[in-house]
Amino acid sequence: MGTKGFFKKLRRYRSYLLMLMPAVIYTLVFAYYPMTGVVLAFKKYTYTGGIWGSDWNGFENFKFFFKSGQAGLVTRNTVLYNVLFIVVGTVVQIAVAVFLTEIRNKKFRKLSQSFMFLPYFISWVIVGVMAFNIFSSDYGLLNNLITSLGGEKISFYSEPKVWPWILLFFNVWKGVGYGSIMYLAAIMGIDTSVYESAAIDGANVFQRIFHVTIPAIMPTVVILFLMNVGGVFRGNFDMFYNLVGSNGLLYQYTDVIDTLAFRALISSNDFGMSSAIGLFQSVLCFITVLIANKLVGLYDRDYTLF
Amino acid sequence: MKTIRYGKIKMGKDVITLHVMAYTFCTVMALLCLIPFLMVVSGSFSSEASIAEVGFSLWPREVSLEAYETVFKEPLVILRAYGVTIGLTIVGTVLGLLMTVMTAYVLCRQDFEWKNIFSFFFYFTTLFSGGLVPTYILYMDTLKLGNTYLAMLLPLLFSVYNLLVMKSYITGIPESLIDAAKMDGCSEMKIMFRVILPLIKPALATVGLLNALAYWNSWYHAMLFITKEEMYPLQYFLYDTVNNIEAYKRLIASGAAVSSDISAAMSMPSQTLKMALTVVVTGPIILAYPFVQKYFVQGITIGAVKG
Repeated sequence: MGTKGFFKKLRRYRSYLLMLMPAVIYTLVFAYYPMTGVVLAFKKYTYTGGIWGSDWNGFENFKFFFKSGQAGLVTRNTVLYNVLFIVVGTVVQIAVAVFLTEIRNKKFRKLSQSFMFLPYFISWVIVGVMAFNIFSSDYGLLNNLITSLGGEKISFYSEPKVWPWILLFFNVWKGVGYGSIMYLAAIMGIDTSVYESAAIDGANVFQRIFHVTIPAIMPTVVILFLMNVGGVFRGNFDMFYNLVGSNGLLYQYTDVIDTLAFRALISSNDFGMSSAIGLFQSVLCFITVLIANKLVGLYDRDYTLF
Repeated sequence: MKTIRYGKIKMGKDVITLHVMAYTFCTVMALLCLIPFLMVVSGSFSSEASIAEVGFSLWPREVSLEAYETVFKEPLVILRAYGVTIGLTIVGTVLGLLMTVMTAYVLCRQDFEWKNIFSFFFYFTTLFSGGLVPTYILYMDTLKLGNTYLAMLLPLLFSVYNLLVMKSYITGIPESLIDAAKMDGCSEMKIMFRVILPLIKPALATVGLLNALAYWNSWYHAMLFITKEEMYPLQYFLYDTVNNIEAYKRLIASGAAVSSDISAAMSMPSQTLKMALTVVVTGPIILAYPFVQKYFVQGITIGAVKG
């Protein structure tokens, strides 16, 4: 195809190109242009200099990030939290889906599914309020229960060790409805004759679940798992910020890459270090998404992104 | 389907055990999901005194409307936040939907040889991003969008995830239908609006609602780009109020500083006020929930597996 062919196609596709225009311009401005901004990670940012006029300072921004020990801490926290969320979330979602399909009372099934899907619809700001409702040391439901049973009050908001469990709870809580819907769809797709032959072979219901249902939804499980693994270096800023906020007492157990990058920018106005953290994360994400995508491809070609 | 599956199976001991487990598990999960909502509602209808005394509970010990009275003492404050959120949600959803449909339509056209190049152009943005700082500088310094509604509208306008959901619906439309319309001399725009759109109404509902929910629940961009209180959307207004009540209480508790309107603030309920605000902010979602739930279920089932 020469240039002539190219212009010919340009003409032929003009209405297509026109229709693509808004999204293309949007993506160029808000996704591709900021990518060039990663050079800031190697610069000493000044407001007057901006992205392009500021002076280079090599790896200074990274040095501070890594030497302060924060890099190791937030990366570890981000990965551990995500692994915890993915594993527990997946197990609970599958359990819900399997149990829901076993429930024959249609009304009960619909209603309980509706309740479980409800948390998906509210913002993390509201989840933050709810968490306070339950865990606040003065007013919280949990402390009321503890004291009424004769126990000592626990001041959750100054006890970092309990936060992995609280965060896990709310993460699973908010995602259970959403996740189980996908597994429900997978279970609905199973050929019922498989169950019948399993029953004829004398399998009890539990054997049926573990030898028919679970293996049958395995492709969905594996694919969703790998896709989640691709985001293992991405901290859920919304969740961490609304549940933990700027409570420095908890940071050792709750600080993730995204919250640190945010604080470096907004609280400390350290554009350089925040960019360095951002680039560090983007590169890690890029690599893990590529690997995850490759693995998905090996498993089932149809589900890869490209 | 259920009857087929169980048709040849007698209710053995194992079936009964499983049913007990299933009902118990689902009841517990459903209750766990519901209880935090109930607590917020209960808290909002409680008197501040009872909360201070016994804390939050599942049922109000002392029913009181004082929190709601305080919220609506200055109804304009919350109504303004409502206005901002509703405006952003409507404009953002309509524009976003239009952009998504047009893009998805073109990327599904078999006679468009460049569709893979453009698809990759969009997908790549899910792989690598510039991160927080360049985006922040783009909005604040380059485009000077600080304290504008655009700063809250633009970030959520278009997403590759929605594009994938939309594409998976449009792919299902037979090519011959479009060819026929072309034979009749329809322009691409006309085909999209007259032929495609009526066929993908469920997709429009799904993607539109996903988009609307994202706008309704957004607070992050307001926190980043907006400092004028009268421009706060609902969620960020709630965030700000809830956190300032806390900061204020801590300030009083530590005795660090004393502000002038301290007595007025002290007489206001604070814990129950937070809950009442939360109810007012969440209300519309809960009311709309029964009607929109099925569209989300569709969107998730299709989008998650494809995207």
